[in-house]
Amino acid sequence: MRRKITVFLIIVICFLLQSTLFQAWSLASVSPNLLVVVTSAFGFMRGRKEGMWIGFFSGLLLDIFFGNVLGFYALVCMYIGYVNGFFRKRFFPEDIKLPIILISVSDLAYNLLVYLFLFLLRSRFRIFYYFVHIMLPELIYTIGVTVFLYFILLKINQKLEAVERRSASKFV
Amino acid sequence: MRVKRKPKHTMPTKYILLILTCLCVVLLFVSFTLNISGGPLNTAAGYVFVPMQKGINAIGTWFSDKADNLKSLQAVMKENEELKAQVDALTTDLNTIKLEQYELDNLRELLELDKRYPSYEKVGARVISKDGGNWFSTFLIDKGSKDGIEKDMNVLAGSGLAGIIIDVGPNFAKVRAVIDDSSNISGATLSTTDYCIVNGNLQTMNENRVIEFSGLKIGEDTVEAGEQIVTSNISDRYLPGILIGYIQQIDRDPNNLTSSGTLTPAVDFEHLEEVLVILEKKQVGK
Repeated sequence: MRRKITVFLIIVICFLLQSTLFQAWSLASVSPNLLVVVTSAFGFMRGRKEGMWIGFFSGLLLDIFFGNVLGFYALVCMYIGYVNGFFRKRFFPEDIKLPIILISVSDLAYNLLVYLFLFLLRSRFRIFYYFVHIMLPELIYTIGVTVFLYFILLKINQKLEAVERRSASKFV
Repeated sequence: MRVKRKPKHTMPTKYILLILTCLCVVLLFVSFTLNISGGPLNTAAGYVFVPMQKGINAIGTWFSDKADNLKSLQAVMKENEELKAQVDALTTDLNTIKLEQYELDNLRELLELDKRYPSYEKVGARVISKDGGNWFSTFLIDKGSKDGIEKDMNVLAGSGLAGIIIDVGPNFAKVRAVIDDSSNISGATLSTTDYCIVNGNLQTMNENRVIEFSGLKIGEDTVEAGEQIVTSNISDRYLPGILIGYIQQIDRDPNNLTSSGTLTPAVDFEHLEEVLVILEKKQVGK
C-alpha cells in the first residue's frame, strides 16, 4: 500500500512538472519526457508487472489530458514498462550505464511509435527531419534530467524496499 | 515456523498485459469511432490535477512578477519618457481615426450595413499546462463545462485565433492550437475572400515559426505577402472573420490554378498566458 501511494505521488509530480514547469523551461521548443523515465526506471528496478502498471497509468494520464484518442499513450507506455522489466536481472544499482541506455532506448521507442502512428499515418514522411529536430533533442534533454531523476527514484525505491523487508521480517 | 497467509492466486503478468492491451485497443476504437473521450475519467482527473496545475502556475506567475519588479528604476524612467512621446503621437493618430470612424459609421448607416463582426460573448481563461510531449500543440485552460464552455468553441488570444476546444472536463478544457500538426482550418483572404485551407505543421513551425496554407484559388499576383488570412464563412466549426495570421510567403502551385505558402500566426504561442473563449458556436444546419 505504501508503495502504491508513493508511486502514485511520483507519477503525479512528474506529470505536473512535465506539463507545467518543463514546458516553461523548454530548450529549442523541446521538453523532457519524465513519465517515460519513471516508467522505464521502475520497469528495470522492479520487474515487468510494476513497469507495466506504472506505464499504463502514466500513459492514461497523458491520454486524458493531451491525447486525441483514449488509450494510445497508455498502450505505448505500458509496453515500454513491460519490456524494461526483462532487464531486471541485469540491473545493479551502482551501475549507471544500463539505466541510461535503457531510458534512452525507451524514450526513442516512445517517440518513434508516436511518429509512426500519429504522424506517418497522416502522410508526414520526413522521418529524418523529425528524428533530428524532435526525437534527438528530446533524448538529450531527457538524459540530462535522467541523471538527477534516476538517482531520486533509485533512493526512493531502496527506501521502500528496506521498509518492506523490515515489515515482512516482523511477521516471521 | 509456518506463516499464515491468504491463498494467493496471482495471474501471470503475461495475461494481465494481454487484458490491458485489449482494454486499450477497445478504448482506442470506441473513442475514435464514437468521437467521445474521457467522460467520468475527465471528471475525476480534472478534480485531482487541475487545482495542482493551477497552483504551480500561480507560483510561476508570482516568480515572474517578482523578477519583473526587479527591473531597475532607471530603465522604467527611460521607458516612461519614451511612452510619453508615444502617447503624444498616438493621440494625434487617434483623433484622425476618430474622425474617420465617425465618417465610417455614417456611411454604414447609410448602407444599412450591420457591423461586420458581431461582438460575441467571451469568457477569459488562463492557460494552465501544455502538452507534455513534443509532437502536438495542445494546451489546457482553467475553465470547463461549469463555466459554459463546450466542445468546438473558438479560442482567441489577443486579436487572433488561438485554437479550438476539442474536449471539456468540469473544470478544464483542452484546446488544440492553430499551429498543431493536426489542425485544419478553412480560411479566406481578407481583401478578396478567396478560400484556402490553413493547416498547422510541426516542421515549418519549428524552422521558421510559420504554418502552411494551400489551395488558394486566385488569379496571378492578386494576393501578396502581408495579406491577412481570416477564418472563412464556410467553415463548419470556426466563426467567420477571425484573424488567423499574415501571409509570409506565397507561391504558385505547379497546376497554375491555386497558390500555397506559409503564414505567420497572429498569436504568439510561446508566451500564451490568457485566452478568450467565444461562448458561441457556429450554427451549422445538419
